Amino acid sequence: MTTGPAAPAADPATEPLPATVPATEPAALPATLPATEPAAPPAIELRDVTRSFPGPPEVQALKGVSLSVADGDYVSVTGPSGSGKSTMLNVLGLLDRPTVGEYRLGGVLTGTLDEDERAALRARHLGFVFQAFHLMSRRSVLENVLLPMLYNGTPRAEREPRAREALERVGLGHRVGFLPGTLSGGERQRVAVARAVASRPRVLLADEPTGNLDQATSGEIMALFDELHADGLTLVVITHDADVARRASRRIRLADGRVSEAG
Amino acid sequence: MTGRATPPSRVRRLPRPHLPARLRRRPVPTPGSPVAPADRFRFTDLLGEATADIGSRPGRLVMTVLGTVLGITALVATIGLAQTAAAQIARQFDAASVTQLVVTPRTASTGGGTTVATTALPWDAVPRLERLAGIESATLLAEVPLPEAVVTTVPVNDPSQPPSAPPPVYAASDELLDTLGGQLATGRFFDAGHDRRADRVAVLGARVAERLGVVRVDTQPSVFIDGIAYAVVGVVASLDARAELLGAVILPTGTARADFGLAAPGDAQARIAVGAGPQLRGQAALALAPDDPESLEVDAPDGRSELGRDVQADVNEVFLVLSVIVLLAGGVGIANVTTLSVMERVGEIGLRRAIGATGRQIAGQFVAESVVVGLLGGLIGAALGVFAVVGVSVVRGWTPVVDPWVALGGALLGAVVGLVAGGLPARRAARIEPVDALRGGT
Repeated sequence: MTTGPAAPAADPATEPLPATVPATEPAALPATLPATEPAAPPAIELRDVTRSFPGPPEVQALKGVSLSVADGDYVSVTGPSGSGKSTMLNVLGLLDRPTVGEYRLGGVLTGTLDEDERAALRARHLGFVFQAFHLMSRRSVLENVLLPMLYNGTPRAEREPRAREALERVGLGHRVGFLPGTLSGGERQRVAVARAVASRPRVLLADEPTGNLDQATSGEIMALFDELHADGLTLVVITHDADVARRASRRIRLADGRVSEAG
Repeated sequence: MTGRATPPSRVRRLPRPHLPARLRRRPVPTPGSPVAPADRFRFTDLLGEATADIGSRPGRLVMTVLGTVLGITALVATIGLAQTAAAQIARQFDAASVTQLVVTPRTASTGGGTTVATTALPWDAVPRLERLAGIESATLLAEVPLPEAVVTTVPVNDPSQPPSAPPPVYAASDELLDTLGGQLATGRFFDAGHDRRADRVAVLGARVAERLGVVRVDTQPSVFIDGIAYAVVGVVASLDARAELLGAVILPTGTARADFGLAAPGDAQARIAVGAGPQLRGQAALALAPDDPESLEVDAPDGRSELGRDVQADVNEVFLVLSVIVLLAGGVGIANVTTLSVMERVGEIGLRRAIGATGRQIAGQFVAESVVVGLLGGLIGAALGVFAVVGVSVVRGWTPVVDPWVALGGALLGAVVGLVAGGLPARRAARIEPVDALRGGT
């Protein structure tokens, strides 16, 4: 991974893979690929991305950010309030478009996609974990975890087994029928993580995942992230918490819209 | 690792799922090529999402569907009661009118301002008509033109009596009583023999009998018409049709022809099976005047009661307007609550957009929700409307009549109201930006 305006290391020519190369399952990707396999495109690639909000005064939340995240990376993004962390997450999550610059997700140039195509790409390749959990209070834990699979093309017969598997994985297999309101904060966030990974995304984007949790519960969530990383999932975690950031294998610091430090 | 639930800090690592390769491999987005939309969000998914939360707030659901329920109830009850009332009226008043067919010769104006018949009915019109399917009984009728006639029960003219208009004299064939649904007060009706032999017998209508003081026939009373005595053989008490005959003296046609030179029957009347009117309208004219059926005018009832239809139309117009107004209010109610729901669920909408829902899918979900609410209101309203019709009918002793299509249509109309009402809020929901929406909690 490289940061700053320098060219990305993974593929200097910036040419994406030929169409015939399958995008492999994220968890199975790094360890199982034979050495002779052509290099996969980075999971995430930002090139000179600027995001400005018209004023007055005009605000540049991201200023010429270049960033490449390889499949299987575990990246934390830290920075003070107003440094552009949320804007970066929105751009990475295809919830916002860069004003200038290129963003490729899994080799796909996203700037030319229409809204429906972006929605499809989000559904298939991204998982989200939010600070506020964003669970549907009137749906059971299982129904909450099933939700993303409605939209990402998962065959109906596979949805529930996958959701149950994800809940087992986060240690909530015994809570499938509960309503989120009856769970603790840590459990709710684990439901959110299960929801994010059940649809088998390529990249998990977490926005202050421990922001609403105490230290012990935060540790549980971070342990879970460690496991997901160990399984080969690409993680990008935006956080204020230095302890959380330290768990990542790569650490990025944002200040005033620029990537100023790489771990 | 065990299968038991583990403490949160010791999260289990499960073995990787062993799915077939075709299922494990996700679609490959190729650079430059369009990204295929997630196409498995099907109608059943939409319906599932739309109905999942519908009962979660029963109080709000009741308030939401109330307007539609009232509107559809009013609509179904209005139409149902109108149908029931019309059927009731038909039963009470139409029994005679829907089963009576009258054939008369067409008339033409002469230069002198009078009208004359352009053709004459044949004397054998009765057997000709009775050969037609649907004709149950037929009779000939003709008013005997006796402008100066005096009809009395005594053979002399009493100059001291106050002058009074003589009762009309009609000639009829012997099937009259059967055809017009008549009841005798006393005596009997003349028969085919009287007719054939031109016997001087007469049957009096109840009013004429009263006027002439004839109350019984066993004393062999007579009436004198133009000085000719006719034995009164019976008195007609009532007639379902042609009630004017109750104020007339009725002679056999043979007698009227012999004594007064009756040239032709005035009209032929028949009792027909219910519903046979439209078919017999053409057949009767052809049977009686095959050479020129247009010369005869056939008055036959339509398949349905015109009176009943008129009543139905009158009742419908007033209450349909009211129902539509209530229904509009119901639609506005659904629109308001759906808009409120969209505003409350901004976080959920943001989440759904973030995890891959398109704007169309969000809009579809809200439209489907309001359609389901509308359909629910329509179903409840249609059921209540039918109950209302049945209830009113029970109280009034009527037979409830509700077209099944009215009940079904009422329920579907509720869904249409929901569809229209949900359109605007759904558009609003689809336009919510996920970034903005996710700033709030769900």
